[in-house]
Amino acid sequence: MDNNIIRLENLTKTYHVGETEVRALRGVSNVVPKGDFVAIMGASGSGKSTMMNIIGCLDKPTTGQYLLDGVDIAGLNRNELAEIRNRKIGFVFQSFNLLARTTALENVELPLVYANVPYKEMTSRAMASLAKVGLKGRETHKTNQLSGGEQQRVAIARALLNNPQLILADEPTGNLDSRTSDEIMNIFETLNHEQGISIVMVTHEPDIGSRAKRRIHMKDGLIVRED
Amino acid sequence: MNFFRILKVSLRALARNKMRTFLTCLGIIIGVAAVIAMVSIGSGARAAVESRFESMGTNLISVRGGNRSMGGVRTQSGQYNRLTAEDAEAIALLPSVEAVSPSVSSRAQVIYGNKNWNTSVQGAGADYPTVRKWEIEFGSFFDESMVRSGAKVAVIGTDIRDNLFEEGEDPIGKTVRINRVPFLILGILKDKGESGGFGSRDDTIIVPFTTAIRRLQRSDYLNSIDVSAASADLTTQAQVEITDLLRNRHRIPEGGTDDFTVSNMAEIAEGAAEATGILTLLLGSIASISLLVGGIGIMNIMLVSVTERIREIGIRMSIGAKERDILVQFLAEAIVLSLLGGVLGIGLGIGISKLLKYISIFSSIQTVVSWSSVFLAFAFSGSVGVFFGFYPARKASKLDPIEALRYE
Repeated sequence: MDNNIIRLENLTKTYHVGETEVRALRGVSNVVPKGDFVAIMGASGSGKSTMMNIIGCLDKPTTGQYLLDGVDIAGLNRNELAEIRNRKIGFVFQSFNLLARTTALENVELPLVYANVPYKEMTSRAMASLAKVGLKGRETHKTNQLSGGEQQRVAIARALLNNPQLILADEPTGNLDSRTSDEIMNIFETLNHEQGISIVMVTHEPDIGSRAKRRIHMKDGLIVRED
Repeated sequence: MNFFRILKVSLRALARNKMRTFLTCLGIIIGVAAVIAMVSIGSGARAAVESRFESMGTNLISVRGGNRSMGGVRTQSGQYNRLTAEDAEAIALLPSVEAVSPSVSSRAQVIYGNKNWNTSVQGAGADYPTVRKWEIEFGSFFDESMVRSGAKVAVIGTDIRDNLFEEGEDPIGKTVRINRVPFLILGILKDKGESGGFGSRDDTIIVPFTTAIRRLQRSDYLNSIDVSAASADLTTQAQVEITDLLRNRHRIPEGGTDDFTVSNMAEIAEGAAEATGILTLLLGSIASISLLVGGIGIMNIMLVSVTERIREIGIRMSIGAKERDILVQFLAEAIVLSLLGGVLGIGLGIGISKLLKYISIFSSIQTVVSWSSVFLAFAFSGSVGVFFGFYPARKASKLDPIEALRYE
């Protein structure tokens, strides 16, 4: 067993849009050790979102190999990928992606609903997770009654619920002001330091990227620089 | 996901668009209500037919001249009519037979005073009330000696009393003229009432068959012989004995066709019930078409609902929902919709069939709500949900998570 949560070997991804061929990734290799905090940076169209989708097991590479926690995902079908997403990965999106008109608690519970966890355990774990992101007492608020920062914290609580080894954050602060962004980044840093959860974050804001341990810069489907 | 969780999620989704949910349900409500109401009319007709035959007695056997079952030219009963009063007497002696009443029937003009009524005149034997299970309300029936002597006496149905006599006037002891022959009224039959659209059975006059043959018609033969078997169990045996006896008496050679038809009421009732069964089926299938249309409405709305919630589907998938989870979620919604419509439709359908008799043009229709039709309509509405919900649900479950998440 290697100590890397993510191992990418010469990944390529080609989309066909009508007659034209779009080469979103053109041979990306990298490893992310357990407990790392990586920021993937780059302009739009650089291939960072495509890479996120592949790392998040939402998409498969055209060629190359991707090992998540030592498992090659190329051989897995849709349902097996869904199970991996449920057990190993927590997602945080730019637009929060919470269920509308649903309480914070129910949103957070969702991953356990699909993991077939008993009802009581589900609720108590969701409450604990909400407390961890500082939303104790707001469990019964519906998503539209929460501010942007609070919604993103609900999303983080949801991502944390199933004790994932990896959190994937796609522009997590893109819709937030700088003060709220700071709070969210603090949460990420705490999770990384104290619980050793690996975090891969996509961002184009340099000051947000600077909070990560390591930055990968992408351009035209290739990694151009690492610092 | 467990069952209650699924139910809760679908109910909440349906509660968000109450008007839309109600209108979608309405298709199923109307469909189920139509099936139940229509089938109740059919079952009502069947019950009416059955009760009519039951009131005639289950051990009643009818012997008719001619052979109706032959097909071809010899189809008309009575065409080769050879039943005689002697045949009837011989049948009466059979051990499995309780009573016999020879029967001739015709229509005639009946006159009393200045009133005039066209009705069915039946010639019968003294045992007619026993054989046909028809009691005498007032006065008495004619007896054996009156039959033998061909007495000019009559027993009337209640319709005749109502039509020929003034209210409060006692017909017993009065004389009516049937085809200009005077008849003394001895008694009045008990009211049997109308049933199942066959016309009133009380519109009849009964006279001794001997008198009817001599005075009212030219033929010497009987139209039929009504036989009452000693018990319901002996009906079949009695039929066999009567057939053997009559073949013997009519000298029909081995292998020759009968010149008479022996049938019991159960058989005749069965035939009539079969006809009403077809009516029920026809009404039911026309009504189920509306249920089908309701199902298409569900499919339509579910497709809209899937499109509206593509993003939600994407979120659920990214969090770990499998194809099956999404499929079940949307299928459950369609089934809840259709079952909700089913339950409300059952209520409406039962209501309609109960209220039908209060609407004047339907007042003669009897309705019977059968539990089997209620159950069937409910099960059918459920399967409509499964059938029409499956395609949208499957479509939802096959969405690509990345595209679903990106969908605006």
